[in-house]
Amino acid sequence: MSAPSSPALRVWQRFSPGERIARSMLYIVTVIAVVWSIKSIEIIPEFLYDAPEQTADLFRRMWPFDWGFYPKAIHHALIETFHIATLGTILAIVLALPLSFLAARNFTANPILNFVAQFIFVSSRSVNSLIWALLFVAIFGPGALSGVLSIAFRSIGFVGKLFGEALEEAQRGPIEALTAAGAPRSMLLVKGYWPQVEPAFWSVALLRWDINIRESAVLGLVGAGGIGVALDAALNNLYWDQVGLILAVIFAVVIVTEIVTSTIRKRII
Amino acid sequence: MNALAKPRPAAFPTNWTSRIAWAGLALYTLYATSILNLTWARFVAGIDNGGKFLSRMFPPNFEPDKIDLITTGMVESIQIAVLATFFGVLLSLPLGLAAARNLAPSWLSWSARALIAIFRSFHPVIVSILFVKAVGFGALAGVLALIVSTLGFVSKLFAEVVEEMNPKQVEAVRATGASFSNVLIFAVMPQVMARFVGLAVYQLDSNLRNSTMVGIVGGGGIGAPLFTAYQRFDYDVVLTILLCIIAIIMLAEMVSGRIRRIFQ
Repeated sequence: MSAPSSPALRVWQRFSPGERIARSMLYIVTVIAVVWSIKSIEIIPEFLYDAPEQTADLFRRMWPFDWGFYPKAIHHALIETFHIATLGTILAIVLALPLSFLAARNFTANPILNFVAQFIFVSSRSVNSLIWALLFVAIFGPGALSGVLSIAFRSIGFVGKLFGEALEEAQRGPIEALTAAGAPRSMLLVKGYWPQVEPAFWSVALLRWDINIRESAVLGLVGAGGIGVALDAALNNLYWDQVGLILAVIFAVVIVTEIVTSTIRKRII
Repeated sequence: MNALAKPRPAAFPTNWTSRIAWAGLALYTLYATSILNLTWARFVAGIDNGGKFLSRMFPPNFEPDKIDLITTGMVESIQIAVLATFFGVLLSLPLGLAAARNLAPSWLSWSARALIAIFRSFHPVIVSILFVKAVGFGALAGVLALIVSTLGFVSKLFAEVVEEMNPKQVEAVRATGASFSNVLIFAVMPQVMARFVGLAVYQLDSNLRNSTMVGIVGGGGIGAPLFTAYQRFDYDVVLTILLCIIAIIMLAEMVSGRIRRIFQ
């Protein structure tokens, strides 16, 4: 007799009332956050009036590039940036691999060790690579060593978290088979886990290397070596033609890196 | 008999390609270490320095005037992140659709892809250097720089999501004679909206991290007080600021995890 039981009159809804309330709350919070930010953020309107002129001026000063600057200072710095990014990635992988085995709950059945590894990953990721660079420059002085360490410390969390997740998704079958055959624990790792997670490992490593090439370009702004040092010097001297050239070089390197990583990814994964 | 005499292949044959690749990687590591002049002596000297550095960092400085400074900077960083995410995500919706090869004509998708590649290739800090020159010091430069990086990230991944969607629903809606905008609203968006919100929330996290950095080059936010304290060797203030940044970022990660669950 009651209306809802009749199928013709039933009203279908995509979300439950709870879900709808949660969603509308979220929309409201978003609007409030945006309005609050627009109202209270400090923007100096005087600066805005001449923004188009300033932008035009910026490009006028950048072009033509100071090509002579490339062999003098950029080439060396560029090579250094490349080495910082690559060595930093390698160091990060070396440090993150053992930690990710500790973090993977199926390999290490100890909640305390899992938590310690996860905590290291989270703290590594929360600190931006530029901040890591500030700390390492204060400790080791300006130069490539600080750059390599800051890239590595920022990447540990990224590599470790993703690789640890890949380990947790590894299938039990091959590992049980090896255990049944009496394989020692080290062989479980080499012949049981590694073949399963190798594609994930390479894709994480390549992805991070790609990101690190971008990040290592700015480390020099705080003195951690690489092309950022040249950029900082050119900016402080207001040599915009050199700045333009450096930006163009960074752009070219990033594009080449992206092509290289996507080619390797297609071939080995 | 003959068949038995044949040696059995090894269960795990040696993979020479991968061995050579690993050896090459090891050689490169040695070569690059020597090129960059990374010596053990420097490392040890640094460890010694690091002890002094840490002792100057502790205890963190919680004086009221510093706290005021840090609060203002942190609030500005959060505002930068919110505004950059909002406008960046809004703009990356059309840009991502334009870059999707299954929806847009090829000339449009190629130009959108080129634009995204340019946006993606520069670190937000470098972009904010340019915006500081264009619109002056302050939060606006930071917001604009982070909008650019948001566009680069969100619209690239959003375009991939759109390309992976199920074409059947698009065909069905098209078969009813729907206009292009109706196809977008009723066939494309329902399929990709959840992933899009996920991307946007992820980008909010990432913008929050970067909004703490743009201040180093004059883009507003907590970066400026951080860099000033660092250059004045006020390492105890640096530590306070770092603790605040880490706390805010961890909080944001928790919140964004919740939001993603609501929209799944």
